[in-house]
Amino acid sequence: MKIHLKIWRQKDRQTKGAFKDYTLEDVSKDMSFLEMLDTLNIKLIKSGERPVEFDHDCREGICGQCGVMINGIAHGPLKHTTTCQLHMRSFEDGDTIYVEPFKAAAFPIVRDLKVNRSSLDHIIASGGYVSVDTGQAPEANSIPVTHEQAEAAFDAAACIGCGACVASCKNSSAALFTSAKISQLAQLPQGDKETSKRVVKMVYQMEEEGFGHCSFTEACQVECPEDISVLNIARMNYEYNKARLLKK
Amino acid sequence: MALTGLFLSFFLIIHLAGNLQLLLPADEAQLQYNSYSRLLGGNIFVKLVAYVLYASIILHTIDAIYLGIKSKRANGASYSRDKRGRASKWYARNMMALGIIIFVFLVIHFKDFWYSYKFGELPLDINGNKDLYTLVVVAFQELWYVILYVIAIVALGYHLLHGVFSAHRTLGLYHPLYSKIIKVLGIIFAVVMTFGYILIPVYIYLTHEL
Amino acid sequence: MSITIKANIPEGPLAEKWNNYKAKAKLVSPNNRKKLDVIMVGTGLAGASAAASLGEMGYNVKSFCFQDSARRAHSVAAQGGVNAAKNYKNDGDSVYRMFHDTLKGGDFRSREANTYRLAECSASLIDQAVAQGVPFGREYGGYLRNRSFGGVQVSRTFYARGQTGQQLLLGSYQALLRQQNAGKVKLYTRHEMLDLVMVDGKARGIIARNLDTGEIERHSAHAVVLATGGFGKIYYLSTLAMGCNASAIWRAHKKGAYMANPSWTQIHPTSLPQSGEHQSKLTLMSESLRNDGRIWVPNDPKETRLPGDIPEEDRDYYLERKYPAFGNLAPRDIASRAAKEQIDLGKGVGALKNAVYLDFSRAIKEYGQEVIAERYGNLFTMYKKITGIDAYTEPMKISPAAHFSMGGLWVDYDLQTSLPGLFAIGEANFSDHGANRLGANSLLQACVDGYFILPYTLQNYLADEIRVPKIDVNHKAFEETEQKVRQQLEGFLKSKGNKTAEEFHKELGKELYDKCGLLRTKAGLQKAIENIQNLRKEFTENLLVPGDIEEVNSELEKAGRVSDYMELAELMCIDALRREESCGAHFRAEHQTEEGEAKRDDENYCYSAAWEWTGNPSSPVLNKEPLVFETVKPTVRSYK
Repeated sequence: MKIHLKIWRQKDRQTKGAFKDYTLEDVSKDMSFLEMLDTLNIKLIKSGERPVEFDHDCREGICGQCGVMINGIAHGPLKHTTTCQLHMRSFEDGDTIYVEPFKAAAFPIVRDLKVNRSSLDHIIASGGYVSVDTGQAPEANSIPVTHEQAEAAFDAAACIGCGACVASCKNSSAALFTSAKISQLAQLPQGDKETSKRVVKMVYQMEEEGFGHCSFTEACQVECPEDISVLNIARMNYEYNKARLLKK
Repeated sequence: MALTGLFLSFFLIIHLAGNLQLLLPADEAQLQYNSYSRLLGGNIFVKLVAYVLYASIILHTIDAIYLGIKSKRANGASYSRDKRGRASKWYARNMMALGIIIFVFLVIHFKDFWYSYKFGELPLDINGNKDLYTLVVVAFQELWYVILYVIAIVALGYHLLHGVFSAHRTLGLYHPLYSKIIKVLGIIFAVVMTFGYILIPVYIYLTHEL
Repeated sequence: MSITIKANIPEGPLAEKWNNYKAKAKLVSPNNRKKLDVIMVGTGLAGASAAASLGEMGYNVKSFCFQDSARRAHSVAAQGGVNAAKNYKNDGDSVYRMFHDTLKGGDFRSREANTYRLAECSASLIDQAVAQGVPFGREYGGYLRNRSFGGVQVSRTFYARGQTGQQLLLGSYQALLRQQNAGKVKLYTRHEMLDLVMVDGKARGIIARNLDTGEIERHSAHAVVLATGGFGKIYYLSTLAMGCNASAIWRAHKKGAYMANPSWTQIHPTSLPQSGEHQSKLTLMSESLRNDGRIWVPNDPKETRLPGDIPEEDRDYYLERKYPAFGNLAPRDIASRAAKEQIDLGKGVGALKNAVYLDFSRAIKEYGQEVIAERYGNLFTMYKKITGIDAYTEPMKISPAAHFSMGGLWVDYDLQTSLPGLFAIGEANFSDHGANRLGANSLLQACVDGYFILPYTLQNYLADEIRVPKIDVNHKAFEETEQKVRQQLEGFLKSKGNKTAEEFHKELGKELYDKCGLLRTKAGLQKAIENIQNLRKEFTENLLVPGDIEEVNSELEKAGRVSDYMELAELMCIDALRREESCGAHFRAEHQTEEGEAKRDDENYCYSAAWEWTGNPSSPVLNKEPLVFETVKPTVRSYK
């Protein structure tokens, strides 16, 4: 099928970007969206143009490295699907597709569709872990965790850190990302001991990185590849308020 | 935001309950409403609550402005093509716009009724109370005024539809079941408030011919 | 000059070796540790866990990855689980049993002592991961749940739905970031190692390119650890991430580190089949699906009915038929080869007739769709996203795909390569899996190397380095190495041919898959070597790379990786050609039993091939590390 593309091209953070038009003639329905971009890039390289830079790695929806705005939606039209798992069968012959990078002040553009999402790492680094050194762990079955607890913790832990929640948020908030980690660890006996310390540090870091606030439009969950629940944000707020109120 | 919002929502219930007296038969309503207004004006406890109310309105507004700026700063460059709206409700995304409508309305509302009552010269009714009732009834004879009122209340309704439930989330209600219950209660609340507040001017407009 | 190499295996009976080692290993006192720097390349399970553990001990770690975040390393994609000899199921498991399964699974081509150590440390890993908050599957009472996996008869696999790798990696990534926060680890994301720097015979640093700016940087340390994973991506179509590469280990190899058994690549039996020319990767479906899924093909190659309409008597459940004891859970190499056999007989299914069915209808009937959804829900969803088919109602179509590199840098018992001060851990090394890796052992090996082995063995090395001051990056060795790196990059850009790196990669991959994949023949390998040499020649003359060095340039990154693949591919073929036997994943058509099973030659090939770089990719030197089995006697590997 024939596809018209309007792709955001931007040399670097300082330079102004703009859409550029491309047309691909032989796009197969079985191609993934990124394979379609691969095809475009080979064409561009051969015609002496600079290929489109975009982020991707595992191409099976788990590493979280890919992610662009496709027709104004993070990861494109399918819900709960990463860009790499989106296939061209989701589009029609003759469609025009707009491709833009995730935009947020905390995600500076590197080039074209590539953005720097280190701010998410910084949030985790500020406290998104259990403080246990190698060697300190007790026998695994000495900490029983019920099936329901483990499943609930997993639901939150499934986050792939792609940043679609931030891109989909009208306030560019990283609340879903941050709360997923807080909520996962708060639901497990191993992690709960540090919850109040953790939540204060991580929320502070989230603000430091320049993310916006959460106003519960719930768009993040709808576009999240892993369908992480917005209730995690409520849980983060609960833990945060509790930590603040009970502060000694 | 959540605390002030919830307090303001709570106030809406009291305010509506009081104002429903306007729907009584005209003579009865006039005397009862005016004496009720006077009662509110004179009670020290009510006065305290009133100050909290003013403070809540101001804080809610300041907070909204602060969050608006923060959001703008966090967004950075805007999207050239933006279809993110499909994932959320329009009113949830436009709380600020709805809030501005409500704020403008409040200014008019305060000026016409609250200011006139507190600081203006009003005729007295037969009981010697300031005749706020007549002021209200006269005001609602103007169609444009009723329309303005209805628009503002609809805006308020949508503001509440998102606001009440969102406030509970901000406070940390994360239990899936209770969260759902609050969501339903929030919807009921918003609907009741909207229709309740719309009922008064429309009823007065339709029933009082001068 | 070929030599016989030694692996420095400690004295004592098998079960005592690691304890003996630890008892005698040299230590560095806490106040000296902060004077020592370690470079860790790679932030997958091995790299992140090692960097975190070393940071906790007090060393200064510089951690590098080419991805934009440490959490993206390809360990994240492992689905099925991680093995540990906890014997929570009371079904007869033990360290010895696990060691034996792994050794046998590897067709008796791994180093006994290393394999035993892997099993021995497995239990601690589960403890560690649980303490980090990894949400493993649990029984209703709260205790850990297990399932069984290919090649074993006990249930020793721990799992977190179908995303075990992700959860384990997040555990070690978080531990890594915790050390970053504590100032003990410095992270360099979007940095690619382009060469190893040797100073006076010891590994002392690396040259890396900042992929965001294109800047070429020098980094020094007292020791360098490579945790850069496998190179299955050399086949182009593989289950690996697009960025997976052999560059770090290959460039270390060209500096003198031996490369061991490079041709031993595991071809995974349960991947999604290729659907067209445009395809960039093959998605893996976890092997755990074989617990409940039954593999079959139609009896008749001309079968046209839909799978659901084909009655039982017209189906061939070939794994159950050929290997009744293990059935659908036969080890990967055997399952892959059996699938290839069916496909070659023309019984493949799907439009390109390149797949076999993996059928869940019986399991769904037996346990209900809900139970199956809880076990494999995300895999079924993924399958639907990619193929558009609902596997609850129609069998999946699967086919073999290149997956795991059993080969890698040769390391001794200390995980040290043949270059002093250069260590290799995780999939980047070769040691534990022999000629075939058992399912759920790769996460294990990566973690065990990183958490529990390297911290001891590296310390043993660093104990002699405490008097060495910080390494100066202005040393002429750094200067020269950087110069070479620059020259190579400039060479790619100057070539100005008309084929992209990706196109070369595809061609190379196809060549390798055809002739050095599931089935290898002497003639095929010889032909492959010739073709690869020609392709390599063409690569130097006809490569097209746009852009410059000092900027973001994905094509330049690819060119470097493909250039290394071009040389490594030939070594793989040479390795496969030289090994005149069949073992595990290495199946030479000339060496098979009458029933078509792999036929080992223990008399002549009971060794690990450790290849040495000579400067000419076509004439490497073969050094041999004889495999000595003190405890187990190699037998014919049978899963019947």
